[in-house]
Amino acid sequence: MRTFGLPEFLFILEAAKWTVALSLIAFIGGAIGGLLVALGRTSENRLAQFLSSGFIQIFQGTPLLLQLFLVFFGAPVLGFDINPWIAAGVALILNSSAFLGEIWRGCIQAIPAGQVEAAHALSLSYFSRMRFVILPQAFKIALAPTVGYLVQIIKGTSLAAIIGFTEITRAGQIINNATFQPLIVFSVVAAIYFALCWPLSLMASRMERRQAAALAR
Amino acid sequence: MNYTFQFGDVFAAWPLLLRGTWNTIELSLLAMLLGLAVAIVCAWGKTAGPKPLRFVINAYIELIRNTPFLVQLFFFFFALPALGLRWSAYTAALTALVINLGAYATEIIRAGIESIPKGQIEAGLALNLKRHEIFRFVILKPALKAIYPALTSQFILLMLSSAVVSAISADDLTSVAANLQSQTFRSFEIYIVVAGIYLLLALSFSALFRLIYKASLNYPDRR
Repeated sequence: MRTFGLPEFLFILEAAKWTVALSLIAFIGGAIGGLLVALGRTSENRLAQFLSSGFIQIFQGTPLLLQLFLVFFGAPVLGFDINPWIAAGVALILNSSAFLGEIWRGCIQAIPAGQVEAAHALSLSYFSRMRFVILPQAFKIALAPTVGYLVQIIKGTSLAAIIGFTEITRAGQIINNATFQPLIVFSVVAAIYFALCWPLSLMASRMERRQAAALAR
Repeated sequence: MNYTFQFGDVFAAWPLLLRGTWNTIELSLLAMLLGLAVAIVCAWGKTAGPKPLRFVINAYIELIRNTPFLVQLFFFFFALPALGLRWSAYTAALTALVINLGAYATEIIRAGIESIPKGQIEAGLALNLKRHEIFRFVILKPALKAIYPALTSQFILLMLSSAVVSAISADDLTSVAANLQSQTFRSFEIYIVVAGIYLLLALSFSALFRLIYKASLNYPDRR
C-alpha cells in the first residue's frame, strides 16, 4: 500500500490546473451567457423577459449536480458525443450564466433612472445607451459581487468529480483509494481549494468595503 | 434525434421517488433548524464574545466558505471515521449540511444584528420596556425582517446543495435517482423528473417562506 508522500501531493496539486481551467471556462462562458440573461431580464421586450426569467428560475431552482447529470446523460440521447470535459463545461456555463445574469440584472437596475432618461433624451439607440451609458456604470458596481461569485464557480467545479472529471476533488479520491489516509488527503484537498478561493474572497470584500465607503461620501 | 423517451419505468417507481423527496425535505428542514441554531450562537460570539472566540469563529467561517461542500462532505464521511468516529452516511451528511449552513448564516445574522441602530435600543430603554421586550420587539423583529430574504434564499440553496450528499449514498432524492438509474438505465428521463421535483421543492419552499413573511413580518418599516 502507498503512503501519502510528495508524489501523491504533487498529483493532487497537478489536478488543480484542471480545476482552474474548468473555472475559467465556466466564468468566461457564464459571463457571455450572463450578460445576455441580464439584458433580457432588463429589456422592454416581453418575450426576452419571459425567456430569461424562465432560464434563471430553472437553473437557480435545481441542483447543480442534477444539471451536470442532465447534460452528461442527456447529450448522448440528443446524439452528441460527450466526455466529462464538455459535460462539466456546458453545465457549469449554463449554471453560472443564470447566477451572473441575476447578479448583473441587479447592477443594471441600480443605475439611476435619470441616466436612462437622459440617454433617451439624447435619442441614443438601445445599443449606444447600453454600450456608453448603462453598462460602463453597471460594470463598476458589478465588479465586487462578480469576484465573489468566482469563488462559487471554483467550488462548483468540484462536482465534476462525480461524473469522473479529474480535478482536485477527484484526484483526492484517487489518492485516498490508494493510500487509505483520508484525513491527510482531504485536508490537502481542502487546503488547495482554500488557497485558490480565499484571496478572491478577500479581494471581493475589500472591493465591497471600498465601494460602500465611496457611496457613503 | 432517434431516441424515444420512456418515462414508464420512472413513474412506476413513484413510491421510491416520493420517499426520496420526503427524505430530502426532512434532511433540509433539520439542517435549516440546526444550522440556524449554530449560526445564532456564532453570530452572538462574533459580535459580543471574547477575542479568541471571535478568531475561532472567523476561521470557521472562512474555512467553510472557501472550500467546496463536496470536500467538506468527504471530510466528514471519510476522514473523521479514520479518527475513530463511526457514524452513518446520513449523520455525516446532516452534520456537513449544518456546519456549512452555519457558516453562511452566521454572516447573514451578524449583518442583521449590526443593522439595528443603538438609538433604537436606547429609545426602548427610555420607554421603560423590559430587557426581553427590547430584545423581542426592538432587536429581533427588525433584524429578522432585514435579513429574511438573504436567510431564506440561503435555506433554498442548502436544500438544492443537499443533492450532493448522494455522493456518499446518504438517503435522499438524488440517491434514489442514482439507484433507479442503475436498475432501469433510463438516466435522462430519471434526471429530468428528479430535476423537476427539485424545482417544485424550491418553488414551494420560497412560497412557504413568503407566506411566513406575510403572516409575521409584514409591517411598515420605521423609515
